[in-house]
Amino acid sequence: MLTLPPFQYHRPTSVAEAVALLGEHGGKAKLIAGGTDLVPNMKHRLHTPEHVIGLRDVAELHRVGSRDGALTIGAMVTLADLARDERVSAIFPSLTKAASQIAGPQLREMGTVGGNLALDTRCVYYNQTYFWRKALGYCLKKDGTVCHVVKGGQKCVAAASNDTAPVLIALGATVRLVSPRGAREVPLDQFYVADGVKNTVLEPDELLTEVRVLLPQGRLVNGYQKLRIRASIDYPSLTVAVAAWLEKDGSAQWIRMVLSALGSRPHPVKRIEHLFGKPIDAAAIEELGQAAFKQCHPLTNINVDPGWRRQMIPVFVRRAWAQALAIRS
Amino acid sequence: MKRPAPKKKAAKQKAAPVKKKAAARKATSAAPAIDVDPLPPIVTPTGRANAGQAVAAFASPESAAVETPLEAPVEAVGKKQIASGASPRPSAPSRRGKAPAVVGRRLRKLDSLLKATGQAQYTDDIALPRMLHCKILRSPHAHARIKRIDFTRCLQHPGVHAVLEGSELPAKYGVIPWTQDENALAVDKVRFIGDEVAAVAAVDELTAEEAIELIDVEYEVLPALVEPEAALAEEALKIHEQNKRGNITKHVDLAFGDVQAALGASAAVAEQDFFYAGSTHAPIEPHCAIGHYDAEGNLTVWSSTQIAHYVHRELAKVLQLDPARIRVIQPFIGGAFGGKSDPFSLEFVVAKLSMKTGRPVKCLWTREEVFWAHRGRHPMKMKFKVGLSKEGRIEAVDSKILIDGGAYSSFGLVTAYYSGQLLTGPYQFGTYHFDSTRVFTNKPPCGPKRGHGSVQPRFAFEVALDMAAEKLGLDPIEVRRKNFIGEQTKTVNGQTITSNGFLQCLEAVERASGWREKKGKLGFGRGLGVAGSMYISGTAYPIYPNEMPQSGIQVKLDRSGKVTIYSGGSDIGQGTNSLPAFLISEEIGCDPRDCTVVVSDTDLTPVDLGAYSSRGTFMIGLACVEAGQRLWVQLAQAVAEKWKVSPAAIEGRLGTITGPGGLSMTFREAVQLAEAKFGTLGATGSYRTQKLGADYRGGTIGASPAYSFTAHVAEVNVDVETGVWKVENIWAAHDCGRAINPTLVQGQIEGSVYMGFAEAAMEEMTYLPSGLHRGPSLLDYRIPTTLDTPEISSHIVESVDPTGPFGAKEAGEGPLHAAIPAISNAIYDAVGVRLTELPFHPSKLLALLKQKQTPVATHVDPPAISVPSTYERR
Repeated sequence: MLTLPPFQYHRPTSVAEAVALLGEHGGKAKLIAGGTDLVPNMKHRLHTPEHVIGLRDVAELHRVGSRDGALTIGAMVTLADLARDERVSAIFPSLTKAASQIAGPQLREMGTVGGNLALDTRCVYYNQTYFWRKALGYCLKKDGTVCHVVKGGQKCVAAASNDTAPVLIALGATVRLVSPRGAREVPLDQFYVADGVKNTVLEPDELLTEVRVLLPQGRLVNGYQKLRIRASIDYPSLTVAVAAWLEKDGSAQWIRMVLSALGSRPHPVKRIEHLFGKPIDAAAIEELGQAAFKQCHPLTNINVDPGWRRQMIPVFVRRAWAQALAIRS
Repeated sequence: MKRPAPKKKAAKQKAAPVKKKAAARKATSAAPAIDVDPLPPIVTPTGRANAGQAVAAFASPESAAVETPLEAPVEAVGKKQIASGASPRPSAPSRRGKAPAVVGRRLRKLDSLLKATGQAQYTDDIALPRMLHCKILRSPHAHARIKRIDFTRCLQHPGVHAVLEGSELPAKYGVIPWTQDENALAVDKVRFIGDEVAAVAAVDELTAEEAIELIDVEYEVLPALVEPEAALAEEALKIHEQNKRGNITKHVDLAFGDVQAALGASAAVAEQDFFYAGSTHAPIEPHCAIGHYDAEGNLTVWSSTQIAHYVHRELAKVLQLDPARIRVIQPFIGGAFGGKSDPFSLEFVVAKLSMKTGRPVKCLWTREEVFWAHRGRHPMKMKFKVGLSKEGRIEAVDSKILIDGGAYSSFGLVTAYYSGQLLTGPYQFGTYHFDSTRVFTNKPPCGPKRGHGSVQPRFAFEVALDMAAEKLGLDPIEVRRKNFIGEQTKTVNGQTITSNGFLQCLEAVERASGWREKKGKLGFGRGLGVAGSMYISGTAYPIYPNEMPQSGIQVKLDRSGKVTIYSGGSDIGQGTNSLPAFLISEEIGCDPRDCTVVVSDTDLTPVDLGAYSSRGTFMIGLACVEAGQRLWVQLAQAVAEKWKVSPAAIEGRLGTITGPGGLSMTFREAVQLAEAKFGTLGATGSYRTQKLGADYRGGTIGASPAYSFTAHVAEVNVDVETGVWKVENIWAAHDCGRAINPTLVQGQIEGSVYMGFAEAAMEEMTYLPSGLHRGPSLLDYRIPTTLDTPEISSHIVESVDPTGPFGAKEAGEGPLHAAIPAISNAIYDAVGVRLTELPFHPSKLLALLKQKQTPVATHVDPPAISVPSTYERR
C-alpha cells in the first residue's frame, strides 16, 4: 500500500483556533477537510506537510444558511449534503448537478465544498507516485523544471478540475477568507489565478470559511454539463456552467458562461456582452458556443483526446443552455 | 472439405434465459427469479482459516432449518439423464439415471458469506509475530544495464534488517519451462520501467519505502524499444541477449489448405486491419506474499497466486531448496483473471529475505506495482482476410498478427499459438492460415488475461465476417448459422470438438433480443450486432511435460458424517472452493453442507495445476467424480450387506441413504457401517492427461478435452453529436455443457460480458514514448462502474458434454470474447461505421462519422470544426 508521510495532526474546534494554527505553522501546514484530494496527494509525496490541521470539529463551518439576501455554504459542508439540499436545488440546480457529479457517492460523503474550491490543480504528469515522477524526470509543478504538456513551457498548465468552481463563478459567488490578519471577501472569479502550481490567491495562513451566492429575486436560469469518460469516479474532461438573468420579456439582462477542466483556472467566456438584452434563442446559443470554442483550447494535461474535447465545447454549451432554459421556462 | 449439416438437438439442449440486472442500482425492484434458491440456502459457513490455510465449510444443517425445505425439487437443467463423466473409474453401483440432488441447483458458494462479511482472510490479513515488511526498488529506465548497486546508505537507515539484489538469486524462472527469462531481481539489466532491481526488509512499510530510496544504483541507459514494429526491425539491440532471433519471442506460421486459392475463388472477401489495445486485469486485491523460513529449515510462502503448484516448483529452483521443505499456501484471493498465473518477483524476494533474517517477511504491492507486474492482454495488430462462397460458406481465413509482448516471455509462447489456434470454431473454415509473431518490447510484460490470446483475433474475425456477409447481403446471424461446425467433429486445424451447443446459443440470443423483429428497423443511431466464439475447457497437456495427473482430490470420511475434501484447486472467485462439495455430495449422497473443503495448500492438498485456461470445473470436477464413486462403492457395499440387498439398489441423496421397500438410514450411519467394515475411509480421484491434438508442431496447443461456445447480441445507441455510445442491452448465451451451479455459471457469464464491454468501452494500457505507463492507477486506467455497465441477460445452454463431469464444460472465459465484436457490429448497424481499433473511444467514432458525412437525423449538426494538430497554451 502507498504510505502516508509522517505529520503532526491538529484538531481545532473554532475558526479562530484553526487560523491561529495556520499563523503558527504557515507554509509547513496543510488544512484537511474531507481528505479526498489531500490524502492521495500526500501518498504521492506531492505534499509532505509537517502539520495537518483537521477542520472536522469546527462546527461553524458545517452550516448552509442565508444571510443578507445571500445563500451561505460553510466550507465543511459535504458535497453529498450540498447535492441533497433542496433549498439549493430549487434555485441553483446547476450547483446541485455539479456537486452530485463529483467523484463517487462515498467520496462525496467525505469531500467538502471548501475542499472542492481549494482543490489542487491536476495534470497527468503530476498526480502520480513519487516513483512514477522520478521515472518521468519530474515536472514544473513539483520537483522539476520541465513542462511535459507544453514543450518549453515556463508556466504550469495543470488543470482546474473542481466541478463547483465554474458553477459558482457563473452564479457570481464570493468566498470569505480568514487569516490571523483578519477576513476578506473575494469574488470567486478573482479567487483563481492562471498558474497551475498554485491557482488561488489563498495565502498560506488563510482559511476559506464560506461561499456566498446572492439569492435571485427574478428569473435566474442556470445549467451545468460535464464531459467525462466514466459515469462515476472520473474527473471532468470538460465542464460548462451557464447562468443568465431573464427579464419578463425573455431577454437576458446578463449572461455568464464558464468553462473548466482546460487550463489552470476556470475560464469565464469573454466578449459575449453584445448578446445581453436579447432573448437566448438558438442563434444566440450557437454564437455562445462559437465564442467558447474560439477561446478555449484543451491541452494534454488531461488524459483524454484534446481535439475531441474541443469539438465537444459547442455541443456542451448547447446542452447546458437547453438544460438551463428547460428548468425555469 | 466436407461440411456437416447443422444438427438439431433441441430436446437435449434447452436455453434457460434469465435476465439479470448487472448493476445494483435497481435493487429495489422485486427480486427476480434468479435469486430464488431451490435448495435451502447454505448459511453461516463455519470455515476456519488456520495459519493462512483456506478452509471452506458448509454450516450445520440446524442453522439452515429455517430456510427452504431441503427436498425442494432441482431446477430443470435439460432432459439428458445424469451422467457423471467419462474419466476412468472403478465399476461402481450406478447412480446414473437418478435425478440429481445437488448438480444443477443454485447453491450458494461455501465461502460467499465469509467474503461478504469480511471474515475471509486474504494474504495481507495475515500478520505473523516478528514479521518484517519488504519494498522493492524498481527501474526508472525502460532499458538499461546495471553498473553498480550500492546499499551503504540504505543499510545505515534505522529499521532496515536486510537487503537483497539480483545476484543472490541468479537462477532464471518463468511459467513456461522453455522460455524462462525472468529473475526475481534484475541481474545486470533492466527491461522496462518498473522492473525489479533490489529489495529491503524493514520493521515497517514506511521504513522500507524510505530505505529503497537510499539504494544507489548506477545505470547505463540503453535505447528503449517501445513499439513492436521497432523491436521487430531491430536485430542488434536485443532486449534478451540470449534470445535466438532478435527480439522475437515466437513466430508461428501455420496453414491448413490453400488459403490464397480459396480467397481467389471466394465470392466475397473482406480485408481489414485491426488493433487491439492492451488491457490489464485490475483485480481488487493487489499481489501480496509472505515468506517464513522457520528454525527447522522449512519454508512457507503465502501468496495471492492462482498457480500454487508452479510457484512451489519455481521457488525450489530459484532458492535451491528441496521442494519437500517448501509449502505454498494460497489464502482467499481477491480476483486474478490471469494476472496471478505467473510466479512473481515478490514470492522469491520474501522467501529469500526470510532466509536471510530468520523472520517472516511480507510484501504487499501497491496498485501501481500491479500495473508494472501486468501480464495482461497483449496488444495485437492484426490483418484479416475472410473469404465467403456465394452461399456464404467460410472458404478462407487468413491472418497476420504482430503481438506486443512486453519485456518478458511469461506465457507468450502459448499466446502466439492461441492467437491462431483457437479461432477455428464454432464455424467450419474451408482453409485457414495464420502468421503470428510475438516480440519483446521495453514495457511491462503481457501474459494471459481471461480469454488468453484469442479475444483479440476473435474480435477481428467476427467483424470481418460481418463485412464479408454484408457484401453478399447475408443476415449476420444467418451467416453464422450456415457455417456451424457441428458436434463430434474436427476443426480445420485438427482439434476435436465433442459437444457443441452453438446453434442453441444463437437461437437464444436471436429470440431474446427480438432480432428478427428489430433488425434494420431501429432507425439511425440504434443498432443490433451479433458475434460468436468458442473456448477451451483446459489445455490438453500440463505446462511441463509429465505423466502425473493434472488434478487430484482426496476425500476423508469421518464417523460423524463430516466429509473433508482436499483440493489443490485455486478459487479466484469462480467457485472451485465449492465445486468439490457439490460433486462429492452428489456422488456419495451426503448433505453438501456437511462437507469441508481444504484448498490450495501444497502440504495438505493434492496437486492441481491452477486456475488457468478454464480448466477447473472440467478437471477438478472429473477428479471429484472419480473419488466420489470410489467411496460410494464402499458405502453402498456396507449398507447393502446390512440390509441384505444388492448394492445397486442403494441410493444416497442429501444425507439420507435409502434402499428397496422403504429402507432408510442417515449418511452418518452408512459411514459408520463402512468404517467398521473397511477401516478408516478415504479415497482419491485424479484427472489424467488424455492424448489430444493434431499431429504437427504446435498441434497440441489449443487442444482441449472439450470446447465451450458462446453467442452474443448487443443493442447500442449512438449519440451522433458526441460519438458517445451506450450498450442498451447485451444478451449472452453460453454453452457450458451442464451448469453444475447455474448461479455461478451466470455469474461467470455476466462477469465476462462486463469485462469484454469494459475493453470495448475504455480499458487501454497506454505509454509515453519513453515506455512509461501513462497512468498506472485505477483513476487514469478507467474500468467501468456499475453506472456504465449495460443490462446483461445471461442464458445457459446445456449441451451435456460426454467427457465432462456431469456433462460440464467451461464458463469462465468463453463468454467474454463475443461481447466486443458484437458491440462493434452493433455500432455499424446503428450508424454505418466500422470500429476496428479498441477501445471504441467516442472520439474515434465521431471522427469516423465526420469522415462519412453521415446525416445526423433529428440532431442539430454541430458547427464545422477544424482541429489544430498541436495545442497551444491559452
